[in-house]
Amino acid sequence: MTALEDALVDVAKFDLAGEPLRQLNSRLHEACSSGMPRSWQVVNPGGKHSIAVGLDAELDVEIAGHVGYYCAGMNQRANVRVLGNCGVGVAENMMSGLVVIHGNASQSAGASAHGGLLVVHGDASARCGISLKGADIVVEGSIAHLGAFMAQRGRLVVCGDAGHSLGDSLYEATVYVRGSVAALGADCVEQEMRDEDVSELRELLERAEIAAVNAAEFRRYASARELYNFHVDNAGDYRHPDA
Amino acid sequence: MCGIVGIFSKSSAIAGQLGSHMSRMLVEMSARGPDSAGAAIYGSPLGAGACRVSMRTEQPGTDWRMLESELAREFGSANTHRSGQAYACLQVAGEPDAVQHWIETHMPELDVMSVGRALEIYKDAVSPRIFVERFELARMSGTHALGHTRMATESRVNPNGSHPFSTGLDLCLVHNGSLSNHNQLRRELQREGISFRTENDSEVAAGYLTWRLRGGSSIEQALEGCLEDLDGFYTFAVGTLDGFAVLRDPIACKPAVIAETDDWVAMASEFRALALLPGAADAQVWEPEGGRVYTWGTTVFT
Repeated sequence: MTALEDALVDVAKFDLAGEPLRQLNSRLHEACSSGMPRSWQVVNPGGKHSIAVGLDAELDVEIAGHVGYYCAGMNQRANVRVLGNCGVGVAENMMSGLVVIHGNASQSAGASAHGGLLVVHGDASARCGISLKGADIVVEGSIAHLGAFMAQRGRLVVCGDAGHSLGDSLYEATVYVRGSVAALGADCVEQEMRDEDVSELRELLERAEIAAVNAAEFRRYASARELYNFHVDNAGDYRHPDA
Repeated sequence: MCGIVGIFSKSSAIAGQLGSHMSRMLVEMSARGPDSAGAAIYGSPLGAGACRVSMRTEQPGTDWRMLESELAREFGSANTHRSGQAYACLQVAGEPDAVQHWIETHMPELDVMSVGRALEIYKDAVSPRIFVERFELARMSGTHALGHTRMATESRVNPNGSHPFSTGLDLCLVHNGSLSNHNQLRRELQREGISFRTENDSEVAAGYLTWRLRGGSSIEQALEGCLEDLDGFYTFAVGTLDGFAVLRDPIACKPAVIAETDDWVAMASEFRALALLPGAADAQVWEPEGGRVYTWGTTVFT
């Protein structure tokens, strides 16, 4: 189909078993410019990498099957829904919009994401939310080790358990875990769960369409701010070696 | 970067098409490793006292028929299972150690890549697509198979530096990653009587497993030992006579994904290599945890 033909249908369908990935992404980018069609259904993704990356419009893209690396990377404003598992770096560097994974996510889900919401209805593997810069990530299952590693802003919500080194070298992001935490990383501490945390969390779970989970059951983890804040007592340690 | 794949059949339909499935998985992993490719196939095992020997040579005009008849004269019977210009897999009615010793003594120009009752190894420094055509991989059948596509980091790009590596009977390993203490460990293993053919780090991992198995460890114990004794990053897939195992380093540096149906269980560096298998869309798919040994098989793993 041409871009013009695309624009005339309600839901554009694209079969990745028959047509090349670059064609899909360029069609999607054309739809971002023209605004038509708004809804897309992608079938037979076959674990291919970089599906629906760099979108910047209010499109709805549904992908029926498992996807490879960097799906919905750099997303802005679009809703991308994956009816399957995804490989490394789903929604990496997302700026806004919504990315929903109905299966499991591999490593570095939502890496460096600045804004928007990433929902993983299954489990997420290691380094979920690494270097998070302001987005929200909600994982209905559990996450592996090094969740929210060096995360700077935003929220990582885990309805199941978290692996070791959770929140290692955390900056100003917040982590909420409902189940067990294997071990906290350097400078990450448990903090009191306040009423505003519970209501924020309730709102986030609602947006993630996770109904069966009680927001009051989570624990809150954040930075102790020992690692990156300047302490005047340590001033001598900062002197130049030649001084 | 490298690509690794493995498949274990749970049905005769998959076993009959094993080479064909392995071919497509390998070609799909070309982008992860365009330099070399290799595969280990476990066909129907020979009886006790017989062995299958996979060999390759750089010498043009090697007469495999001649070798076959010399082995038949020495051990009573031998036949050519598969052969091409630069490779052959022969089946010999002799004890594996004796057959290997005879070949290495009388035909030093040959590289023996594997010896065992079931295992065959083929590898070459060519792209995965050319590899599967050259060795007619799609025509092979068997219970399980491992494959590797190589992007070289640790040693020369030549057939001997390609995976899979075998340093023991029916044992082989494919590796994605890089080990940093392999020189030290190679010297220690050499003192224990393990021999190596290359400077490759992955061959040291295979040798380490052989050494542990010789010492009475199970494959699971041997792989758990890797967590202590190997320094570096790795995803390993290991084949034994009856099954295969997967291990990732404790921080899960290198990718791996596993999928399972009623008919097969398979692992790969990336899901797209598994997507080609029948029923993959409805398979149970998950990512193996770092530092945990996963095994499939029959008697070896009990």
